[in-house]
Amino acid sequence: MSKNDYVIEAIGLEKSYGSNHVLQGVDVKVRRGSMLALLGPNGAGKTTTVRILSTLLKADAGSVHIEGFDVVADADDVRKVIGLTGQSAAVDEMLTGRENLVMMGRLYHLTKASAKQRAEELLEEFDLVDAAGRSVKTYSGGMRRRLDLAVSLIATPPVIFLDEPTTGLDPRSRITMWNIINRLKENGATILLTTQYLDEADQLADQIIVIDGGKVIAEGTAKELKSKIGNDRLELTFKDTQGLAAAERVLGKAIVESNKDDLTTTVLIVDTNKDVKKTLDMLSDSKISIDSMAIHKPTLDDVFLSLTGKQKKDDGEEEK
Amino acid sequence: MAVKLVFRKQSKFILALSDSLVMIRRSTTHIIRNTDQLLGTFFQPIMFLVLFTAVFGGAIATEGGSYINFLLAGIIVQTLAFGSTTTAIAVANDLKRGIVDRFRALPMSNLAVLNGHVVSDLFRNGISTVVMIIAGLVIGFRPTVSPLEWLALIGLLALFTLSLSWLSAILGVVAKSVEGVQWLTFVIIFPLTFASSAFVDPSTMSDWLRVFAENQPVTHMVDAVRSLLIGTPMGDAAMWSIVWSVGILVVSMPLAAWLFKRKTAQ
Repeated sequence: MSKNDYVIEAIGLEKSYGSNHVLQGVDVKVRRGSMLALLGPNGAGKTTTVRILSTLLKADAGSVHIEGFDVVADADDVRKVIGLTGQSAAVDEMLTGRENLVMMGRLYHLTKASAKQRAEELLEEFDLVDAAGRSVKTYSGGMRRRLDLAVSLIATPPVIFLDEPTTGLDPRSRITMWNIINRLKENGATILLTTQYLDEADQLADQIIVIDGGKVIAEGTAKELKSKIGNDRLELTFKDTQGLAAAERVLGKAIVESNKDDLTTTVLIVDTNKDVKKTLDMLSDSKISIDSMAIHKPTLDDVFLSLTGKQKKDDGEEEK
Repeated sequence: MAVKLVFRKQSKFILALSDSLVMIRRSTTHIIRNTDQLLGTFFQPIMFLVLFTAVFGGAIATEGGSYINFLLAGIIVQTLAFGSTTTAIAVANDLKRGIVDRFRALPMSNLAVLNGHVVSDLFRNGISTVVMIIAGLVIGFRPTVSPLEWLALIGLLALFTLSLSWLSAILGVVAKSVEGVQWLTFVIIFPLTFASSAFVDPSTMSDWLRVFAENQPVTHMVDAVRSLLIGTPMGDAAMWSIVWSVGILVVSMPLAAWLFKRKTAQ
């Protein structure tokens, strides 16, 4: 297998529960060492996809290969190379953090010594050393998530699935989690992440697949997705209505919208350097002075809105 | 990565066995750390023993001398029957929390989760039984057991507990909630243990109840244990206890495993 092969390769995934078609032909491919974000609202089919990719659920149709192993026929081989962190922290409440790690290491069939050493290393890395001897019941939400992720890394699997790793976390824990995830990528892991946070996908992922209603509706890098929605916009603000009116005459067709109350007018720019300079030159040639200017880049929220036709739900704190 | 990981290279069977050991350790740790349940393990049987002896002892005439001698076999079997339902609760709890998904995504034996709960339940029930026998001795129980009979007793009780724990694992898988499990096991275990020879001689019961009581597994088990403990006639009680226990085991073990697999694969 060459270095550039897809480590995760799912083709034509379909899954239905009765008349509820959760997945309707989803393709997911992730290259070695890269991170892909599966982005979508609740009920889009993200978790179902992850469950199929991680051998927990059988698809009705389609095929999945992880590191070349078929998830149905070679499930045990797949399980040796994957780590899964689900939405609900899947750790044992009655055991301590350390006991959880060692137990999972043993279940990956590490030797006792290896499991123990690796557990200590992960406790250190995830800032859980002080809490290592306490039962998980006493952990905060952020600590649980960290332990949950640590547990899935006990055997350093080369392929990692993160199903909404930061849903329900406070902003600080979220940033901590992002740093940890970025470090995993730097260590060479291939990662598939699901999220309903657009900024999370933007921050972490090399590639983004947007799914909605069990279908892929867009795919590409964050940059490519943004470019689909349109170009950057230059917003100019003037000192008075005379200035605005003069600018409107000079700029003419380039204007996409004007607002008399705010004394602003907006032009589309394709090449940031050239177009901004050209616009400013035109204004200064006509001796029109501007009060301020700003460049707006489209956000992934704009992308999502234009692709699904729906307003993204409010940052989904309490969503399951 | 500083630590060099070493994976065990052993046969599938050995690894599956080790998975079960890991899970037995986990479930046993649960039992030890669950203080409320642990107190129940010690005090409930003692309470039953003392209460029944004090309340019914004077009213119930039984063969084999004092009521405590008659009662102990019944209390032991009843406690084991109720004790085995903790398997159902443990299984239902695991399914409710996401941890079963975690286990299923590991390269481990599927059955290990159930094995862990069933076997640790056996330990807990063993402790209960020892506590009951000691408490019985304190309040006047006088057994007539030979060393060989002790062995037979241990084997019989272990087989009975295992079979009921596997049955209870099925309930844990099919129940919709932990509360549901508690209710379900109660309506099954309570009639089985009371409409039996555990507390009174079934010949004193009304006809239809007597027919049920004399032919159900708990009665066979109680009779066999009683015979071993105080030397009442054995008859075919031991044979029927073994037949029932093995029968339940042979059916419920694969059924529990199959249901568990099916439920978790949704």
